[in-house]
Amino acid sequence: MSLEKKIKKIFQAPRKGLVSQYASERKDSIKQVIAAMTVGKDVSALFPDVLKNIATHDLKQKKLVYLYLMNYAKTNPELCILAVNTFVQDTEDPNPLVRALAIRTMGCIRVDKIVDYMEIPLNRTLQDENPYVRKTAAICVAKLFDLNKEICIENGFLDKLKKLVEDSNPMVVANSISALAEIHESEPDLQVLKITKEVLKRFLMALNECTEWGRITILTALSDYETEDGNESSHIIERVIPQLQHSNPSVVLSAVKVIIVNVEKIKSVNLEEYETILKKLSSPLVSLVSTPPEVQFVTLRNIRIIIEKYPNILTNYFKVFFVRYNDPLYLKLEKIEIIVRLANETNGGLILNELKEYGYEFDVEFVKRAVRAIGQIGIKISKFGTKSSEILIGLINERELYDTVTITLRDILRAYPKQQSSIIIPTLVQIQDQLIDSEAIAAYIWILGEFENVLNYEIKLTEYVENFLELDSQIQSSLIYSLVKLNVKTGELKSLLAQIFNKVDLIENIEIRDQIYLYWRILSLNDSQELKKLILLKLDKIDNTIPKFQPELLEFLLKEISSLNSVFFTTGVSKTKKTTQIKKIKDIQLNLQNEENLLNFDDDEGISTPSEDQIDGNGGSINILDELNDLFSSSSIQPQQQQQTQQNNSVSKDLLDLF
Amino acid sequence: MASVIHFCDIKGKSLLSRDYKGDIPSNAVEKFPFLLVESEDDPVSASPVLQFNGINYLYITHNNLYLLALTKSNNNVAQIFLFLHKIANVLTDYFKELEEESIRDNFVIIYELLDEMMDFGFPQITETKMLKEYITQKSFALERTKQSFGPPSALTNAVSWRSEGIMYKKNEAFLDVVESINMLINPQGKVLRSEILGKIRIKSHLSGMPDLRLGLNDKLNNNSKGVEMEDVKFHQCVRLSKFENEKIITFIPPDGEFELMSYRLSTPLKPLIWVDCKISKHSNSRIEIHAKVKAQIKKKSTANNVEIHIPIPEDADSPKFKYSNGSLKWVPEKSIIVWKIKQFQGGKEYAMKAELGLPSVSIDDSSFKVKRPIQVKFQIPYFTTSGIQVRYLRINEPKLQYQSYPWVRYITQSGDDYTIRLNE
Repeated sequence: MSLEKKIKKIFQAPRKGLVSQYASERKDSIKQVIAAMTVGKDVSALFPDVLKNIATHDLKQKKLVYLYLMNYAKTNPELCILAVNTFVQDTEDPNPLVRALAIRTMGCIRVDKIVDYMEIPLNRTLQDENPYVRKTAAICVAKLFDLNKEICIENGFLDKLKKLVEDSNPMVVANSISALAEIHESEPDLQVLKITKEVLKRFLMALNECTEWGRITILTALSDYETEDGNESSHIIERVIPQLQHSNPSVVLSAVKVIIVNVEKIKSVNLEEYETILKKLSSPLVSLVSTPPEVQFVTLRNIRIIIEKYPNILTNYFKVFFVRYNDPLYLKLEKIEIIVRLANETNGGLILNELKEYGYEFDVEFVKRAVRAIGQIGIKISKFGTKSSEILIGLINERELYDTVTITLRDILRAYPKQQSSIIIPTLVQIQDQLIDSEAIAAYIWILGEFENVLNYEIKLTEYVENFLELDSQIQSSLIYSLVKLNVKTGELKSLLAQIFNKVDLIENIEIRDQIYLYWRILSLNDSQELKKLILLKLDKIDNTIPKFQPELLEFLLKEISSLNSVFFTTGVSKTKKTTQIKKIKDIQLNLQNEENLLNFDDDEGISTPSEDQIDGNGGSINILDELNDLFSSSSIQPQQQQQTQQNNSVSKDLLDLF
Repeated sequence: MASVIHFCDIKGKSLLSRDYKGDIPSNAVEKFPFLLVESEDDPVSASPVLQFNGINYLYITHNNLYLLALTKSNNNVAQIFLFLHKIANVLTDYFKELEEESIRDNFVIIYELLDEMMDFGFPQITETKMLKEYITQKSFALERTKQSFGPPSALTNAVSWRSEGIMYKKNEAFLDVVESINMLINPQGKVLRSEILGKIRIKSHLSGMPDLRLGLNDKLNNNSKGVEMEDVKFHQCVRLSKFENEKIITFIPPDGEFELMSYRLSTPLKPLIWVDCKISKHSNSRIEIHAKVKAQIKKKSTANNVEIHIPIPEDADSPKFKYSNGSLKWVPEKSIIVWKIKQFQGGKEYAMKAELGLPSVSIDDSSFKVKRPIQVKFQIPYFTTSGIQVRYLRINEPKLQYQSYPWVRYITQSGDDYTIRLNE
């Protein structure tokens, strides 16, 4: 049987049924067609036959035919027009369900020609006596606008929609606002959603009567409203605060957004009120941590934004963010992010004990993050430097965590070179053979170079020098720097250096080669005391390795609570196709407060040695880069990620120039 | 504001979908299975929001299904997730169970519901009770003369959750106060974290449009002896501004069952069920577990259906048990032993001993130490941990003025995270 015949056969049965003289047979055939459509078969060939069934008094059948029309209108635009009459008639049906169904479907038939026939039925349904029909018609205006802006404006539908915001029925009001917001997004210049004092009053009134979804719509619109002064802000907040008690978490988050957008204006007017309002946010935010995991995820990402601006509102609730055994991994990781940010002098000990427990969990990624968190807290709060070193050293032997712990310990050494070296170095020396990860090996070698009092460092380094050509460039760079440093300090290691210098022509990586030549030159100069001093310069002490948002990005994200941007920490998911405001700060990404410390280390000297930059990069900022990449790894906007990486590799000055 | 909603099977293949906005190519969903695999391979970046090619994939899981929403613009993510959960709830109410099979069997009505619940990406009507009034599994013919098949008038009213004209012969309201306890306890019996998540559920069999007022012994009513709730969340029927201003809980209830309110307390608690467990591992031969469990509740109270899940090494086998009460079972697929005690009176203490064999060659490295906690499940009827009590439930139907009977039940149970950590 040819393919064509086969297809014919498939269609024959329903086609016969669709034109059967028995109503029940026709209905069953329509169901079959829809079933085929659902599983992805192309049944558009049956269009004319299905269309014959549109005039029916059976509401279920009507819905099915309409559904079919919506799906295949594009493939049969001409035939669609045949259905128009039925649509128009249906908008006059005595049953409001039919009227609403007709206007709802008409808007979903995305065929240019249908636009010409929409004016009359849309006008009629916008003024329908039944609110169920009106609320459906309100949204249809947004659909029409999406199809054909000009016709929508010409026929005055935008003004009619604006009038509906004053409707007596709360659901009609909510849908009108939704539709206006949608239109505003695609065409901000039209200013369809201009909130005046009068409108504001109406919004606040409708807020308490709406369904949960309507409340979100109104709250979202409110958060875009620029208040005149602190008094107005305070009034809005007062009316919005009760919504924090709503059982729908997304209503709560939307209310939080309105409050956060407005609260700063109150600060200058009434500091006491400002503090009280912020306090009221704590409990609702904490409760959101007991919601379904996906919602929790959104909440936790937003909490990270909020606590960066208002660090105190959740400090007392840090235990809420202790992970639960059954949490999915993405929640566990997110919770650690919050915990390290909430850690302070008082709760730090408790938190470290908790993180230590996480070190024994099953999931390796979670354990690694916990290890880094222990280091982050140890560095952030000097009081806990020793405690976190001890915990890490304890973990190193009990779990196979050599790589992560080594990298973390390197950071701690950078924060407390004097205090912690006596505990850390003896342990690290023992685990040399266990290190696998390049970054960890590079960190280990950097430590050997920095703390020359390690016993037998020559033997330890020899192994790496012998395999120099096989090493990762990150390790090579770190090795060269450490050898040079040790040589300058002690005058030893000449043979090891010579071994590398002799291999210089075999090295593929140009930067490494340059680095070698440069040091070679310095070391062979007779009068290189100044330069040698430079080599021995200590890196600036780091005091925080927890990434922070760029101030501009933070301000932006605070206005984005609960949106996709707030989840990805980007400005990239555009709200509008044409928004200019977002473009302005598009380049702004996360930044570290201590980035300057890490990267401009040679600025003061006025002499720039690329090799030092290189080492510096390996010594300190790589792991921060990792973290940044972690932050962005969920985002698939590749160009931005690259940009991100470049930004971090370049000197901080360039970074600042970008803005 | 989702553009498309998909129901996908366990592999991520779409079973049924509804395109609301037409701005996303229909083949975008075909990428979803790949994105799922990718996020499995890279657990660190896995999340319920995936991105590909400018399209955002937001999904939740339900039984063997993925409920997936696709969107291009910078939408309210929390709203979309909540909406997906709402769909799952409504469909579960309709079909008892929402799974692959029920999607295939009920596609007609699912299309109808999807049409009613969302329009052009905006969530519309999501209350099962109201939807059931005009979307039924039975087909009915439209009669042009009758208006009765229109949308229920309450749908768009301020009281959108209750129809008019409800009548019961006997007017009753049943209140369930359920408290779930989450607790994290260290091996020494010290509580590291504890919280009470409380819920008040009502089953309302009341006629007309009754106005209810609920009184609790909480601190909210300036009662210094009362229970201090940290955060309260209300069903949308509760007048929020009235509560904010006067601390009074008043509402017109939906008909039938619903959750009136939930609350949270993080007051420090003592363990209600405490397990003292010692595990000694004789490497390469056997493992010995000694456990004592104590019900640290009032003598008059009884904990029901107590289950204690004790973790054991994956490769342990041939268990030998010794115990005085309940039943012990080895569940190798979860690497735990489960100790069940049907009824556990307050103040009592039981003990057990278990011995399991270990293979002489261990599959995991002995230096690779993983700790798993003990998990406990229980129910304690007639008792709330917070001490919260319903003082009164005043029912007033202005027109009908009937007699009504409120009934109250209390229960405390384990939450989804009642865990006790183990030493070594």
